[in-house]
Amino acid sequence: MNQPSLNLWVIPLLPLIGAAINGLFGRRFKNAVVSTVALLFTAASLVWAVHAVWTLWPGGDRPYIETVATWITAGSFSAPFGFYLDQLSMIMVLVVTGVGFLIHVYSVGYMAHEGGFYRFFTYLNLFMFFMLTLVLANNYLLMFVGWEGVGLASYLLIGFFFQKDSAANAGKKAFIVNRIGDFGFLIGMFLIIQHFGTLNYADVFGKIASGHYTPELGWGLFTAIGLCLLFGATGKSAQVPLYVWLPDAMEGPTPVSALIHAATMVTAGIYMIARSHAIFNLAPHALEIVAIIGCLTAIFAATMGITQTDIKRVLAYSTISQLGYMVLACGVAAYAAGIFHLMTHAFFKALLFLGAGSVIHAVGGEQDMRRMGGLRKKIPITFWVMTAATFAIAGFPPFSGFFSKDEILGAAFHNHFGGPVLWVIGVITAGLTSFYMFRLWFMTFFGEYKPGAIDEGEEAHAASAPAHVAHTAASHSHGHADDEAHGHGHVHESPWIMLAPLVILAVLSVVGGWVGIPQFMSGGQNHFEHFLAPVMESGPPTSTQAAVPVTGNDTISTHAGPPSEENAGQEWLLAGTSVAAAVIGLFFAWLLYFKRRDLPGLIAAKIHGIYLLVLHKYYIDEGYGAIFVKPLLALSTVVFWHGVDQGIIDGLVNGAGSTSKGIGNELRRMQSGNIRSYAAWVAVGGAAVVAIMIWLGVGK
Amino acid sequence: MVPLSWYLILSAILFSLGVFGFLLKRNIITIFMSIELMLNAVNLSFVAFANYWNTHPAKLASGANVVPLSGHVFVFFVMVVAAAEAAVGLAIIISVFRTRETLNVDQVNLLKL
Repeated sequence: MNQPSLNLWVIPLLPLIGAAINGLFGRRFKNAVVSTVALLFTAASLVWAVHAVWTLWPGGDRPYIETVATWITAGSFSAPFGFYLDQLSMIMVLVVTGVGFLIHVYSVGYMAHEGGFYRFFTYLNLFMFFMLTLVLANNYLLMFVGWEGVGLASYLLIGFFFQKDSAANAGKKAFIVNRIGDFGFLIGMFLIIQHFGTLNYADVFGKIASGHYTPELGWGLFTAIGLCLLFGATGKSAQVPLYVWLPDAMEGPTPVSALIHAATMVTAGIYMIARSHAIFNLAPHALEIVAIIGCLTAIFAATMGITQTDIKRVLAYSTISQLGYMVLACGVAAYAAGIFHLMTHAFFKALLFLGAGSVIHAVGGEQDMRRMGGLRKKIPITFWVMTAATFAIAGFPPFSGFFSKDEILGAAFHNHFGGPVLWVIGVITAGLTSFYMFRLWFMTFFGEYKPGAIDEGEEAHAASAPAHVAHTAASHSHGHADDEAHGHGHVHESPWIMLAPLVILAVLSVVGGWVGIPQFMSGGQNHFEHFLAPVMESGPPTSTQAAVPVTGNDTISTHAGPPSEENAGQEWLLAGTSVAAAVIGLFFAWLLYFKRRDLPGLIAAKIHGIYLLVLHKYYIDEGYGAIFVKPLLALSTVVFWHGVDQGIIDGLVNGAGSTSKGIGNELRRMQSGNIRSYAAWVAVGGAAVVAIMIWLGVGK
Repeated sequence: MVPLSWYLILSAILFSLGVFGFLLKRNIITIFMSIELMLNAVNLSFVAFANYWNTHPAKLASGANVVPLSGHVFVFFVMVVAAAEAAVGLAIIISVFRTRETLNVDQVNLLKL
């Protein structure tokens, strides 16, 4: 390693210092000081990250590995505090610090009227620290530290308005559901330790690549590790079956939703899968399941997004759906496409959330889209940036989402692990995405502004729905109560400190996809994929190789080899289809939510059963409640609480107490204070000693 | 020759009388007398043993001769101490009776008046 040290450890450490300063002393600081500290350290981290990437850019030694200190050494196993920078983590670190910084800036404006200003920025900086640890770690264990840490930060920030029961509960739910996934991750790590004796990326992947694993270490093991890691990813990245926490996580302040629950933390699972691609490539069955889960999540969440009326919840389901796309991309071994979508998604989804925050800010804390409308003229800048983001996520060219989504759909169609079924579902999801996003767009920005009103068509159903749905919608107008002073009548554009990040993100949402223009369009190579290629170079084996254990490095590249002329035609067709799906989605959204506003109600009435099913999110939450939560709660209450805890443990402790108390109560009678009774005890004692001596025959 | 055990049985009877007198009587003087009885029961066993060792010379484990006189000496010590105790004790009893006008121990169980 002949390079100058990059001191990568500084990148995560800077936000930690910021968190420490604000956390320890922030209570006494003015808001301006708090935000300066938070912004300064985040910006410094961004600058350092850019510097590190810049130094390595011209093609220095990659991956760049730096070991700061030894953390754990146990026998032959050791886990260092080490950092790892290759093309993959470069992208991640830039996205995290860049988007993170913009959201910090935005938060200064958004949180200005909220209590706990310093607390918010402490948590936000803490999150940055853990997230950067996660992406920069050079071994799974350190990654796991970041993994758990972002979960903690997420918990703290979801429950930021902790006076509200719903927020506190949402925080708990997120944490617990994530813990279930973490369990899978842990088991996966244990398997890796057991069979490779190390958790360092370089060693593990090196051993895999050189075939230095033992012969009995066959496909089953890689499948097992892959599935365990995947289970971890389903928790963190909100995939089926563990996605349920993410919609509830919208209880947190909107910048948090943007940073943690859209742009960065939830992509950790994707990053982890992409990072472990060497393992997944050797486990075709695991990959298959990854693809199926991604696909299911994508379409499932998209349908749920259609009926939501809370602006943030629509975006939450959209996030789940887009994460499903990324997982799908990983599942068809198109990791680069997944990461590409991760990056563009970070831009446009952060923008959508921040824009939604700006809308909510503008209408005084209202989150129900049915009470919005006609905001186009009132908050023009927000409208335009939201428009850019909406077109980007819907996949219209030349917006960024088009390129990344097209890349994934193309891979789903072509790649060895893909297939027409995955592709069809992907395209349908694209259409649904376009539909619900334009539904949001039309409902929010077009038509008449009607504070306090609810569309008659939808209201009938909201009324017929169980009370909690209506309640959710109402209770979601969270802590912006301070803004209530502005009133509904006075819709106002957000201050520039909030708008500037929006504009920057809007530009990125538009042009961010241009780094990955596919080969068949530009004629040149796909820069993004080419950039990531060294990391992802070992592709999955073919199916015949998959059937027998591989002994060496006989894997082939799946990077959808250079398409020939006829392939290019097919590519154009695929791209055209996904755009057509987006246009159809747009058309229906326009028809239903702009042209004929009475239609949604009529349709919902027509298919009442299905509508209710979707409105209640397929009763998944209720199902989990009935299947897992209630029995577990009952078991815990009856057996562990009343039985083990109160019965046995408390019984032992209290029993020890009451026994000594009882004995003492009896012995107390000896201490009568009567001299003669003491003398009697002495006499009895003496007699007893004599009796024992006679009995034992002492002295014989 | 009276065997040792007889002396010891007599001593035990006297000692037990002393103990029960001490425990059951409430009059301070009777209690005092019971204590004297116990002391003298012990004295009796001392001299009985001393006499026994005189007639049955024995060697200690170290090889030295048992000095039979030690039993007698103890008796003298006990008598001296008992005499001193009687002097002090009777003085206290007189003092107690003067201040409290009773010799019932259950009524003089407080140091404070």
